[in-house]
Amino acid sequence: MSEALLASLPRAAGLGMRGTERSGLSTLSFREVGLVYGDGTAALEGVDLEVAPGELVAVVGPSGCGKSTLLRLASGLLEPTSGAIAVDRDQLGYVFQDATLLPWRTVRANVELLAELHGIGPARRRALAEAAIELVGLRGFERHLPARLSGGMRMRVSLARSLTLDPSVFLFDEPFGALDEITRERLNDELGRLFVERGFAGLFVTHSVQEAVFLSTRVVVMSARPGRIAASFPVPLPLPRQPECRYDPTFTAIAREVSAVLREVS
Amino acid sequence: MAVAEPLAEATALVGLPPPVAGRRSGKARRLRRLAPPLAMAVVVLGGWQLASSSLSGGRQFLLPPPLAVWRVGIFDRQSFDALLPAFGRTAELSVVGLLVAVVLGMASGTVLYRFHWLERASYPYLVALQAIPILAVAPLMAVAFGYTFVTKLIIVVMIAFFPIPTAFLLGLKSVDPGQQDLFRLHRAGWLTRFWKLALPSSLPHLFTGFRISAGLAVVGAVVGEEFFQTGAPGLGMLFQQYLNYVEYDQLYACLLVSCLLGVAFYSLFTVASRRLFGSWHASAHADEPAARRPGR
Ligand SMILES: Nc1ncnc2c1ncn2[C@@H]1O[C@H](COP(=O)(O)OP(=O)(O)O)[C@@H](O)[C@H]1O
Ligand SMILES: [Mg+2]
Repeated sequence: MSEALLASLPRAAGLGMRGTERSGLSTLSFREVGLVYGDGTAALEGVDLEVAPGELVAVVGPSGCGKSTLLRLASGLLEPTSGAIAVDRDQLGYVFQDATLLPWRTVRANVELLAELHGIGPARRRALAEAAIELVGLRGFERHLPARLSGGMRMRVSLARSLTLDPSVFLFDEPFGALDEITRERLNDELGRLFVERGFAGLFVTHSVQEAVFLSTRVVVMSARPGRIAASFPVPLPLPRQPECRYDPTFTAIAREVSAVLREVS
Repeated sequence: MAVAEPLAEATALVGLPPPVAGRRSGKARRLRRLAPPLAMAVVVLGGWQLASSSLSGGRQFLLPPPLAVWRVGIFDRQSFDALLPAFGRTAELSVVGLLVAVVLGMASGTVLYRFHWLERASYPYLVALQAIPILAVAPLMAVAFGYTFVTKLIIVVMIAFFPIPTAFLLGLKSVDPGQQDLFRLHRAGWLTRFWKLALPSSLPHLFTGFRISAGLAVVGAVVGEEFFQTGAPGLGMLFQQYLNYVEYDQLYACLLVSCLLGVAFYSLFTVASRRLFGSWHASAHADEPAARRPGR
């Protein structure tokens, strides 16, 4: 995917670019949020978290500490049992751990799905899908069914599907967790560029410290259940991040600290 | 290449995957698929012949040898002239009954899916309905509706109905929770979720229901005809006549032909399911080795 392509296509297809002009408008904020499941499981307790536009917050934590619960709360799929959440959900992107593609739909039809659900007409839908497919590098695969794609390609389709709505808040639940290292790093690079381009407010759950530091402007570490925010590390590396930045001393220093806290709370 | 091109075009037209170079030709593959059931037929016919000839002369009428069934029961002019129209009538009765069962079954499956409380309220009675011994209530129905086509039809529907709403409901409810979240997240209404998610997801289950019901519809038709003994004779009525006249060669021919009807229905649904969801669901390829089915 070339830089020029990336810059020209979204606008041509009507995917509005978003820069700093929107900062302050839409945020995601958690105030003293707690969640107790119906069976009495306390998943989250006293979570305070703010995400501003142009901020991508990575969440790491031991498994079962409530990371997915945090995203479900942010998306509105779950209501908190205590505290308050404020999110602009008009244009919400949510990439699940599983690609959740409809197996009977082609790549293109899958990417068009959300626009379809939002009542956008066929011509515009098609244009949005085409641009998003181009953006994730799946041109030429429009007519394939998901069963014929690799895991990495399916994740790209899932990403493209969310991109069609040009989300202002973007939630990711370990989207690349099941992929091999090389595919994961390449998708990280691409997502990093998309983030700079679109300037959404992002919440990215991952179990990879490397991925967390590489993608985010801030890494938060959650403690074991009931999950709370145990620590927060700003990542002052410039955006967009180049692949080599993974070997930058600042990068490795932050990764080391995050890992240390993660070991402590597990 | 010049020869292959029209073929490729033709397959593209009917929506089949293009033939891949290096793969076996379609003819060879079809042969390979037909070989096992054909071999099995030889084994079964052999066993039948053996079993028949092992019976003492006085009891051989219970299981006439296959060749006699063929010669006397089917190939004989008089038998054939009785068998063919009977086959047609039974086919008609079971097809109409199956269609009614499909429509009613899908409608009730949809309603039960939409109103969960109704499902809980009525499911026990659906199960009870299925357990009704049809032959026991048939006389009552004869009194209520008379000795008509409709009465036979009701019997077919009663027997064939149950698997359809059951399988359909199961399919509708086995939608992937992640996909459901996706639709809910984007505030899709019930109808949208049903039409674009639940219904297509349920097709593999639904067709399993269809296939079971198709077999049952044939059984229902034959049983209905045999009980009511009225109107132009179908296979069931013919069956009873041959039984009365101790014409067992014809009786077995009759039996074979009704089995054939069941097999025909089954194959029809298999072909339809391969067309509808063969490209994305493994169950449409249940007769192929797992390695060749589409992956997830
Ligand atoms: N629907 C549910 N009902 C009850 N407990 C749940 C439910 N979903 C998740 N949990 C529990 O809540 C805790 C947090 O789950 P989750 O948010 O999925 O963790 P994570 O994503 O960090 O691995 C886990 O202990 C899990 O077992
Ligand atoms: Mg999780």
